[in-house]
Amino acid sequence: MAKKTHDTPMLDELEGGPWPSFVTGLKRLAKDNDMMVDLMGQLETSYRTRKGYWKGGTVGVFGYGGGVIPRFTELKDENGKPVYPDAAEFHTLRVQPPAGMHYDTKTLRKLCDIWEKHGSGLIAFHGQSGDIMFQGIRTDKVQDAFDELNENGFDLGGAGPALRTSMSCVGAARCELSCYDEARALREVINNNLDEMHRPALPYKFKFKFSGCPNDCVNSIQRSDFATIGTWRDNMQVNHQYSRAYFSAHGMTDLVNDVVARCPTKAIQVMKRGEADAKAGPQHSVAELDDELRLVIDNKDCVRCTHCLNVVRGGLLPGKQRGVTILVGGKGVLKIGSSMGTVIVPFMKLETDEDYEKLKELARSVLDFFAENALEHERVGETVDRIGLVNFLEALGLDVDPNMISEPRGNPYVRTDGWDAEVAKWQSRKKDAA
Amino acid sequence: MSMRQPIESGAPDPMPLLHPLLRKNYGKWIYHDHPRPGVLMHRAASGDEVWTVKAGTQRQMDVHTVRKLCDIADQFADGHVRFTTRSNIEYMVADPAKVDPLIAALTEAGFPIGGTANSVSMIAHTQGWLHCDIPGTDASGVTKALMDELHQEFVKCEMPNRVKLSTSCCEINCGGQADIAVIVQYTKPPKINHDLVANVCERPAVVARCPVAAIRPALVNGKPSLEIDEKKCMCCGACYPPCPPMQINDPDTTKIAIWVGGKNSNARGKPTFHKLVASGLPNNPPRWPEAAAVVKKILLTYKADARSWERMIDWIERIGWGRFFEKTGLPFTKYHIDDWRGARRTLNASTHIRF
Repeated sequence: MAKKTHDTPMLDELEGGPWPSFVTGLKRLAKDNDMMVDLMGQLETSYRTRKGYWKGGTVGVFGYGGGVIPRFTELKDENGKPVYPDAAEFHTLRVQPPAGMHYDTKTLRKLCDIWEKHGSGLIAFHGQSGDIMFQGIRTDKVQDAFDELNENGFDLGGAGPALRTSMSCVGAARCELSCYDEARALREVINNNLDEMHRPALPYKFKFKFSGCPNDCVNSIQRSDFATIGTWRDNMQVNHQYSRAYFSAHGMTDLVNDVVARCPTKAIQVMKRGEADAKAGPQHSVAELDDELRLVIDNKDCVRCTHCLNVVRGGLLPGKQRGVTILVGGKGVLKIGSSMGTVIVPFMKLETDEDYEKLKELARSVLDFFAENALEHERVGETVDRIGLVNFLEALGLDVDPNMISEPRGNPYVRTDGWDAEVAKWQSRKKDAA
Repeated sequence: MSMRQPIESGAPDPMPLLHPLLRKNYGKWIYHDHPRPGVLMHRAASGDEVWTVKAGTQRQMDVHTVRKLCDIADQFADGHVRFTTRSNIEYMVADPAKVDPLIAALTEAGFPIGGTANSVSMIAHTQGWLHCDIPGTDASGVTKALMDELHQEFVKCEMPNRVKLSTSCCEINCGGQADIAVIVQYTKPPKINHDLVANVCERPAVVARCPVAAIRPALVNGKPSLEIDEKKCMCCGACYPPCPPMQINDPDTTKIAIWVGGKNSNARGKPTFHKLVASGLPNNPPRWPEAAAVVKKILLTYKADARSWERMIDWIERIGWGRFFEKTGLPFTKYHIDDWRGARRTLNASTHIRF
């Protein structure tokens, strides 16, 4: 039995309603846990005064410089003593989840047992960077909790100016649009750079995220410095059984309104069988709708937005030559305003061991460039902003490509006396590719 | 006593944790169906089918809740689960006959079934007063209050396309981009506790942090401190994390703003950032009814007016921002016109006008 609970009239109001209540969970823990009794006292105070009462500090585990988020209460009485002493220290351990956030119940129960033994018993699945957040532990228990988690196959995540915990979508585990092995890519890249995560020494945070297709279910383009998004470069595949099933269930109006008209580059046409058969070949995909009609996709016009694959489920699928587009520079508001990742590699094949090795090398090169060239508290997108994309590409040895821009330069403010040499490079690359 | 060296194992391998059917058909899926809200059926090239039941959780879970979810997995769902990026839990089963009993068990335990396809999914959110060191509001509480209001939209999947929501407890927006985002908006410059600045803050770092160069070092009452040009300050709060004596939070002047039209998918149009549509809403715990009312009004207007497969931003781009404000009844003010860097590209450089 824990000590007497505090009155929490405002939090109590969050116990009603149909959605699962975190307050009910806090109360269950508070029955035999003094830390949670006092945590509820402080949280109720925040609800009443509309102010936060945590400050950071320095708490860690042996051998690592990050991964623990220290929280000390600032809610003190007139003598400087914590008003809620049993929650005066309420740190979080950030722990990396299995890629794709898959668990079996044995593992989850083990995590619960460890956290009940050493910490508050409150766990968030998952934080916005993907960590399992074990919330609420005293300084003197942090090492023991970490040791036991670590012995069971789990490792701390990132915090501060460091490589951060990563996320990948469900991908190859259960999605027909997956264009590469997302979990493998995540583990190859992240686990190759753990020193940057565990001993923070970068100019600022650096995030990788891995989405299996352009639907980008882990929001890599907006939320990561290095977004790895699955795509394909050959023709879309078709499965006539499913394209016919779509048409028979939805008919011509849905096909026109939801599929043809919504293609952003007008790459889709409906054709009669004979006309479509004549088109079938190097750049067109032809899916049967019924015995007479065909859906014809001009793959040279297609930008792989993936909308029609979302609608005609199973009928239209990614091509066979699969890989990723890599975009750099996505980030949130601070300090220049939100910015999207932009393309630095339009297509990188990702199938063989050598392909994954190349991805790892590129990731390492970008991290090295960031470590050496970014200003303090500057995200890599801001570095690219400051030095220009071309300088960034040249430093990494990447060739320019029209897929990196929305449109060419719109002003003459550029010194072009190297023009002929650049044209020669372009011609030579074209020759090599041919 | 020698200290234990950490095992730097990094991100764990998910393969041993996968449901056996997911492991067997890894990378070989060819089709999925959405037979009812909260249920997905995936088919592999081998002909295998796996059924997924998705349920909402409170994200911030006590171990008893997690164990309850495990009990359900062991009893009804082959002992495997996964979490989505929005903290929904997914149970995979090989036998379709297990779907109904699984749904019944989750429902009985209070976990709503839904969040698939054209639903309003669970809100991506931050830490708030529970754990953040710089929060302007709570996060779990805002989310609980909103999801109570939107529960039917989670379980029914009746929206024109999927809807992603987020909440953030300061302007840094850790909750992320969303179709509708609920974000703290500060309205007054920070109040500086000059007694503490010299001891707590690295002053040059704070000066460098300000996006509009409104902060400079100053001697105040004989002590080294900082001062703010209040005409320049746009109240973003960026100085507060590196320097807590720059107190930006205030019970009354910290407001809530609503942003719409963020989309990270590349489907149809390119990804977009959300845009400010409402602000000045009170930070009103425990249920934030004013913010919830605006979110609901926008959602219901979108639901009634958008065409199939239009995400929030697709719908607004078709009807135009003028009609968005008209249809939602939200006022349009001078604060909606951007004046940050690059703002001119947000102005209408054409005679394309809707009447």
